[in-house]
Amino acid sequence: MANIPLIMFLIFIAITLGITYWASKRSAGASAYFAASRQIKGWQNGIAVAGDYMSAASFLGIAGIIAFQGYDGFLFSVGWLVAYLTVLLVIAEPLRNTGKYTMADVLAYRMKPRPVRAMASLSTLTVSTFYMIAQMVGAGALVKLLLGGYVTYNKAVIGVGVLMIVYVVFGGMLATTWVQIVKAVLLMAGTVLLSILVMAHFHFSFGEFFGAIAHVTYRDAKGATVVKDFLQPGLRYKPPYGPLDLISLGLALIFGTAGLPHILVRFYTVPDARTARHSVVWAMVLIGSFYIMTTFLGFGAATIVGPDFIKTHGGTNMSAPLLANALAGSIFFAFISAIAFATILAVVAGLTISATTSFSHDFWTNVIHNGVERKPGEEVTVARISAFVVGGVAIAIAIVLGPTANVAFLVALAFAVAASANLPVIVLSLFWRRFNTLGAVSGLGVGLLASIGLILISPSLMAIDPPTVTGTARHLIQAKAWFPLENPGILSIPLGFVGAILGTLMSHEPSSQHRFNELLVRSNTGLGAEKSTAA
Amino acid sequence: MANATKELEEVQPQRYQASQSTWDTIAESKAFQDLMATKRMFIVPAFVFFVVYYFALPVLVGYAPRFMSTKVIGEVNLAYLFALSQFFVAWLIAGLYVKAANNFDRLAKDILDKAESAKEGK
Repeated sequence: MANIPLIMFLIFIAITLGITYWASKRSAGASAYFAASRQIKGWQNGIAVAGDYMSAASFLGIAGIIAFQGYDGFLFSVGWLVAYLTVLLVIAEPLRNTGKYTMADVLAYRMKPRPVRAMASLSTLTVSTFYMIAQMVGAGALVKLLLGGYVTYNKAVIGVGVLMIVYVVFGGMLATTWVQIVKAVLLMAGTVLLSILVMAHFHFSFGEFFGAIAHVTYRDAKGATVVKDFLQPGLRYKPPYGPLDLISLGLALIFGTAGLPHILVRFYTVPDARTARHSVVWAMVLIGSFYIMTTFLGFGAATIVGPDFIKTHGGTNMSAPLLANALAGSIFFAFISAIAFATILAVVAGLTISATTSFSHDFWTNVIHNGVERKPGEEVTVARISAFVVGGVAIAIAIVLGPTANVAFLVALAFAVAASANLPVIVLSLFWRRFNTLGAVSGLGVGLLASIGLILISPSLMAIDPPTVTGTARHLIQAKAWFPLENPGILSIPLGFVGAILGTLMSHEPSSQHRFNELLVRSNTGLGAEKSTAA
Repeated sequence: MANATKELEEVQPQRYQASQSTWDTIAESKAFQDLMATKRMFIVPAFVFFVVYYFALPVLVGYAPRFMSTKVIGEVNLAYLFALSQFFVAWLIAGLYVKAANNFDRLAKDILDKAESAKEGK
């Protein structure tokens, strides 16, 4: 039976390669390649944003955390949706109105473009690469678990890496968009189906379902059988630092999502700011529905499959596939596994295109060559080449780290950098007249360093392991953590803002203040915004 | 400084360009000030409300877990209901924003039309 997942994986790969072939004939020219000619419809972009955003960390990760730590896992779900209000109210429309391909277009608008773009590009590459490595290691471990016997970890990582390079190099943003749309539709379908099956198991009675959640039986670390109310808070976030960590996580989500480069570039693919707005609403409907349904996925796995069984059959990340297996057998297991695989591919493709766009548009053209393409099409060519480099580096790092590496912190790091470096600088350049180049550069620099520095000394990387833990699963620094929280946002976000404000006050740049009116008018009215182009 | 401006123009050659005085005139016009005031009147309170409502959840759950474990309907406790309400509140704010934004679009269109006809009139 183990070959059914393989067949479903291959079907998905065939569909996405078909999309890539179709898109490759429509991706000539920079606007077509980087922004899908700005012709994606609002609802399409909304679905694609959802597909870009809901990573395996959500589908497998959150279901797993809820299955093991109950209610505290569900708190993740809440933050992942509410974060879109920041995108909707503050970021999406001004970004679409003033930028062209990247977040740095907005930052560099009234500043000296070269230093600002160089820093913004560094920050974009940092966020995208860290996030990508986390996804690749997850993908490798997942595929190995699901297709073990056929595919090893290394082959799985190489396979995922090669596919994402193919989508991005040949199909550009258009192929990436449609891969994300197909994935989002599959993910929603699988989640709805799984939720219905969970409720059917409890005879469609919420009373019975929640009754079971309130009495989950499992063995604790000492082997004693315990019964816990999984709706009760505090199973994961325990005193003394738990509550603070929870708030810090919330800050990183609420302010980080609006600074994630691979989400921001999606708003350049629609014709105008109004469509960008509608696409955020579409995305919120899908993302919200999905995260509400993690109730069924996570608590369903806790009650129907049970933490003990999951622990001995692949661990937390297998909660959702094992639930599918328990409810409807091996074919449904294969279907859910294929969805998890599709989820990873769509996210890494989005990360790759945002990283390559930033390298090519911000760094190559604008920083190195002063904003001039030396020959037509250079920007796209450079992007294609950098997709190979980014993909190759991600494959290599994922293989070196191996399947047991502790990589969950990389996702926290990506959000922390986005919230502490990118977001303060985007917000200040849109709303603070006095803001200037030194402020932008120091804001990005301080936010980036503070996030990385605090994660380095956090319990994610600093802890004393027992000798039984070996290799890359061991913590990097074998000592008691200096910073008690896993999520640095509560400290690094204010530091990012302070860096930006101090840098600004230490220098004078009248031209930046003069050009503020232009940015204000453009961002709020859409005057002169980039138009969609013929495909 | 002049060099920086030149670089920007080279990157975006085909875009709407206008003189500094044109931008200043639009930015200081009553129509634009009205647009900004209208936007601010919705966005600032909406943003503050959702941030306060959202962070009330981790604060209450983290520092008052006993209280939040109070059972309300059967086994369902306050903590779960409050978390669930966040989804609906987020959707509600998004819906209200879209409605308010139609008004922003109308105000912005007047400014756009005026700016573009002034450009063609030259």
